[in-house]
Amino acid sequence: MEHLRMNGAYWGLTTLDMLGKLEMVDRDEIVSWVMQCQHESGGFGGNIGHDPHILYTVSAVQILALFAKIDVLDIDKVSNYISCLQNEDGSFSGDMWGEVDTRFSYIAICSLALLHRLDKIDVEKAVKYIISCKNVDGGFGSIPGAESHAGQIFCCVGALAITGSLHHVDKDLLGWWLCERQVKSGGLNGRPEKLPDVCYSWWVLSSLIMIDRAHWIDKEKLVRFILDCQDKENGGISDRPDDAVDVYHTYFGVAGLSHLEYPGLKPIDPAYALPVDVVNRIFFGK
Amino acid sequence: MESDESQSEWIPLSLRPEWADVRPVPQDDGPNPVVPIAYSDDFAETMDYFRAVYLADERSHRALHLTAEAILFNAGNYTVWQFRRLILEALKTDLHEELNFVDFVARENSKNYQIWHHRRWVAEKLGTDAMRRELEFTKRIFSQDAKNYHAWSHRQWVLQALGGWEDELAYCQQLLEDDIFNNSAWNQRYFVVTRSPLLGGLEAMRESEVRYAVEAILTKPENESSWRYLRGLYKDNAKSWVNDPQVSSVCLKVLTSKNNYLFALGMLLDLLCLGFEPSQELKNAVDALNYESDPSDSNLAKTVSSILEHVDPMRVNYWKWRGSTVPHKRV
Repeated sequence: MEHLRMNGAYWGLTTLDMLGKLEMVDRDEIVSWVMQCQHESGGFGGNIGHDPHILYTVSAVQILALFAKIDVLDIDKVSNYISCLQNEDGSFSGDMWGEVDTRFSYIAICSLALLHRLDKIDVEKAVKYIISCKNVDGGFGSIPGAESHAGQIFCCVGALAITGSLHHVDKDLLGWWLCERQVKSGGLNGRPEKLPDVCYSWWVLSSLIMIDRAHWIDKEKLVRFILDCQDKENGGISDRPDDAVDVYHTYFGVAGLSHLEYPGLKPIDPAYALPVDVVNRIFFGK
Repeated sequence: MESDESQSEWIPLSLRPEWADVRPVPQDDGPNPVVPIAYSDDFAETMDYFRAVYLADERSHRALHLTAEAILFNAGNYTVWQFRRLILEALKTDLHEELNFVDFVARENSKNYQIWHHRRWVAEKLGTDAMRRELEFTKRIFSQDAKNYHAWSHRQWVLQALGGWEDELAYCQQLLEDDIFNNSAWNQRYFVVTRSPLLGGLEAMRESEVRYAVEAILTKPENESSWRYLRGLYKDNAKSWVNDPQVSSVCLKVLTSKNNYLFALGMLLDLLCLGFEPSQELKNAVDALNYESDPSDSNLAKTVSSILEHVDPMRVNYWKWRGSTVPHKRV
C-alpha cells in the first residue's frame, strides 16, 4: 500500500485529531515528508517518488491543514496543477492520463476552496457537469448515467455544498434514498441490496447532514453498528462486525461517530472532511 | 508472455543476466517513516529495480516486463501503470496483447481503479475494434460480481463511445433473471431505455417497460429497485404516473397480499400527495393494514403515513415528516 500512503496518513492523522491526540505525532517530520511527495507539476504523489494525482493532492492539502501548515505551500503552484485538470465539459480528470469521475470534481473543489483559490476553475461548468450526473432517483453516479452510489453522492453533494449550489439537489428525494440505506442491523449500505459497511457511515451520513436530513435515519442503531465493528482487543474498526480492521474503516467509523455526537470526539465538517476547528481556522481565523 | 513469467519460479532480479547492468534504487523512507509498511523481499527487490528504470526513464522491453511483475505484486501502484503506458507508447506495442495482460491481472483485482483506467486507455486507442472484446470482458467480470461498479462504468463508456447496443436490453433481462435485486442491472436497463440510439427513447418504451416493472414488483414486492424503476419511467411526467391504472393497480395487489407492502404503501402515499383519487378497494386494503383501532383518518394519505411510521420504525422521522406535508383534502 506504499502508493497510497498519503491517503493513509490523512485517514490516520484526522482520526487522531478527532480523538484529541494529534500531538502524539511529529508534526515537522510529517510536513517534511508530505512536501517531499510534491512533484514539479505542483501535484502530490501517494508517496515519495510517485507520480502526482489529484487523489493524493487533496490528502496532502488536508494534512497540512490539520497542522495549520498550509503556508508552507506555494499555493499558486498547487492550485494551477488542480485547475489544469478541469476539462471542457466542466468535469475533472484525476491526472494527465485523463480518467474522469465525479470524485475528482469534489477533490478539486474541496482542495481549491481550502486554498482560497476556487476562482481558478470554471465553477459554473463544474457544477453543470455534476448535475449531469444526477439520476432520476435523486442520487449521483461517477459519470452521467452511472448508478447512484453513496460514495459518489457524497462527492457530488459535497462539491455542490462548497460551491453554494445545493439548490440543484432535490433534498427530499435524495434524503429518502439515503435513509433507505439503513438496513436491519442498523448499518448503512451504499446502494440498494448491498451489504452494510462502516465507510458508508461517513458517505451517507455526511450527505444527509449537508442536506439537513440526518434525522431521517435511526442514529442509535447506527452508533451500535459502528461500535460492533471495533476490534476491542487490538483497536481499530473494520467494515462490518468481526472482519479485519484497517485505517480507512477506522477513520470512517470514528468520523461517523463524531457526526452522531459520540462523546469525546471533535466535530468534523461533513463537506471538507476535516475537524470543524481546522475548517474554521482556514475560513474565519488567522 | 507476461502471464507465463509470473507462474514460473521466482528468480531474484540480481541473479538475472539481463539486469546485470542496473543498480537497484532502494526506497528512501527517511529515518523514522510515517506509517511504515512491511514489504516482502521479492516485492522490495522488484520495486528497487522499477525505481531504477523509472528514474532513468528507460522505456524498453525489459522495463515493460518489469512493470508487469511489479503490477502482479501490487496492482494498485498507479505510478507503475503510468510508466507502463509510457513504455507501451514508446514501443508501439500491439495493444491487443495488452488487453490479454489486463485480463490476467483483473482476475484477482477486479475492484482496482487502476486496472479499469488502464483498460479504458487501451480500448480508447484501439477504438471500435475493441468493442466486442470489452463487452465480453465486462460480462466475464459480472459473472463473478454482477454489481462491480467499475465494470458498469466501463461498459457504459464502451456502449457510448464504441457502440454495441443491440443486445444490451436482452443482457439486462438475463441479469435480472439471475438476480432480480441487482440494482446495477436495473440502472443499466434504464440507461439503455433512455439512451440507446436503437430504441425509441423513454416515451416510446414506457408502456412495455411499465409492464416489465410491474411483473418484477409482483414477483418480489420487497425489491426497492423495481419500485424505483417504475417511478423513473415517468420522469418529469408526474401526471402520467398518477393517471396510469397499472401503477395504482400494482399497489393494490401488493397491499391486498398483506406481505412485503412497505414500498407499495410508500408509492401509494406519493400518488395520493399528487392528487390521486383512491378507489374504495384501495381504501379497504389500507384499512386492513391499519394498526390503529380508531377508524382511519378521512385523509387516506395521513393514514398511510401513520401506518408506515409503525411498520418502518427505523425511518419513523421520515414518515412523520411525510405525514405532516400531506396536502389537506378539500371538503
